[in-house]
Amino acid sequence: MVNKATRPTDNLLGQDLWNIQLDENGQLKHFLTIEGLGSNILTQILDTAESFAGVNESIKKVPLLRGKTIVNLFFEASTRTRTTFELAAKRLSADVLNMNISVSATSKGETLLDTLRNLEAMQADMFVVRHADSGTAHFIANHVAPHVRVLNAGDGRHAHPTQAMLDMFTIRRNKGADFGKLRVAIVGDILHSRVARSQIHALNTLNTGEVRVVGPKTLIPKDIEAMGVNVFHNMQDGIKDADVVIMLRLQKERMQGALLPSEQEYFELYGLTEQRLKAAKPGAIVMHPGPINRGVEIESSVADGPQSVILDQVTYGIAVRMAVMSMTLGGNRAKSNQEEAS
Amino acid sequence: MTHAANPDKLLEKLASDLENLLEQRSIENPLMIGIHTGGVWLAEKLHKRLNIQDELATLDISFYRDDFSRIGMNPQVKPSNLPQQVEDRHIILVDDVLQSGRTIRAAMNEIFDYGRPASITLACLIIRSGRELPIQADAIGQALELANNEQIKLVGPEPLEWVVKTDNDK
Repeated sequence: MVNKATRPTDNLLGQDLWNIQLDENGQLKHFLTIEGLGSNILTQILDTAESFAGVNESIKKVPLLRGKTIVNLFFEASTRTRTTFELAAKRLSADVLNMNISVSATSKGETLLDTLRNLEAMQADMFVVRHADSGTAHFIANHVAPHVRVLNAGDGRHAHPTQAMLDMFTIRRNKGADFGKLRVAIVGDILHSRVARSQIHALNTLNTGEVRVVGPKTLIPKDIEAMGVNVFHNMQDGIKDADVVIMLRLQKERMQGALLPSEQEYFELYGLTEQRLKAAKPGAIVMHPGPINRGVEIESSVADGPQSVILDQVTYGIAVRMAVMSMTLGGNRAKSNQEEAS
Repeated sequence: MTHAANPDKLLEKLASDLENLLEQRSIENPLMIGIHTGGVWLAEKLHKRLNIQDELATLDISFYRDDFSRIGMNPQVKPSNLPQQVEDRHIILVDDVLQSGRTIRAAMNEIFDYGRPASITLACLIIRSGRELPIQADAIGQALELANNEQIKLVGPEPLEWVVKTDNDK
């Protein structure tokens, strides 16, 4: 348990000095959201991922997390994210448990905390959590045993920090480390997108020159300018001279009510076509967190075209998740043992 | 001896020792690998001095450390870069200071993940007291007796200098 004496006084709490993601030395302990993390931590994640990218290209596997147990707690369906977390853990030599919660104990009536206590009793060292409710990963991080680490693999509409970091990694690899020179346009369903929210925080923390969000009024949250972005409702204006165009998936399963007239009309107004892409800078890269809806938010010839880095994003996702896992799991077990001993 | 000589002078001695050793062992066309960070600076100079044909390889052993679960991730981890196959090659492994031997243990584990070398020759600018594993250097700049609480570190790359610190906490 955290020592109360090390906790900043209440009047400082508003300044985000008490961030459960960081340990007493300012090192990353849980990875729940980009908010509250400095550019030093984000850069450290990217640098560490760069080393792991080398590992992935050559020997594939390193012994760093041998003996650690990582539990994938997925309360919401996911293929890409879960498998890249699993691969990342395996390439670090950790043991991985995949819990498909929808068909396990919670559906028999066990509470979330009881499930956690049971997994902890099996000596899990890390939970990778995805849940349809915002804040679930924070809740779990607040209730786990002191040695257990929590990574957020997507919570509701709130955050998907590892996706944002693999996007930053992809941008850095293609456009260099100076984000100040870059104009990044995020296009699509910003309202329902935890990916967009995390991307905006990450881009601004890394001092990106200009961050734009592009989409119909119904899919852009009110007052989003306060997050440090420029809003465009016209696609052509929105991606003009952009270095990076990030397309978001039109989240059909969350599209209830009258937010959009039809997919066809959406594509006509906001779909990324070869013709539209010409408005961006020559050599601009096209990104998408996946899964893509061909012909809805992106034309096939763009998704498979020379400017697309969509599959690179998937590959880099492994290295970035290896980086976050090793940064959060290193050194903590012995430390918590010492605390218990003294 | 308790005083470390100038690194560039030691490098001269290390280079000529290494040359003799390679001749004695009939090793031609070795592959040189420097260990980050100090070992890479030295390896760059040795690589030139010995006219080694293959590009210099570098290792960062952060992912192979045995104290990872105690002290965590090294924030300055650098990519390892082994452009050539290590399979059946004669390897010269270069590091600045040999103390516990744990770095060399980790480096050898990493090398074996890339393949099975024909041999590994260890070159260290300074070997000092404090060994914890049965690992010895083949070519040496200088042997140094230091107290357990004294730490010696190479700083550089230009100029190369030694920094000796006494750890008073212990």
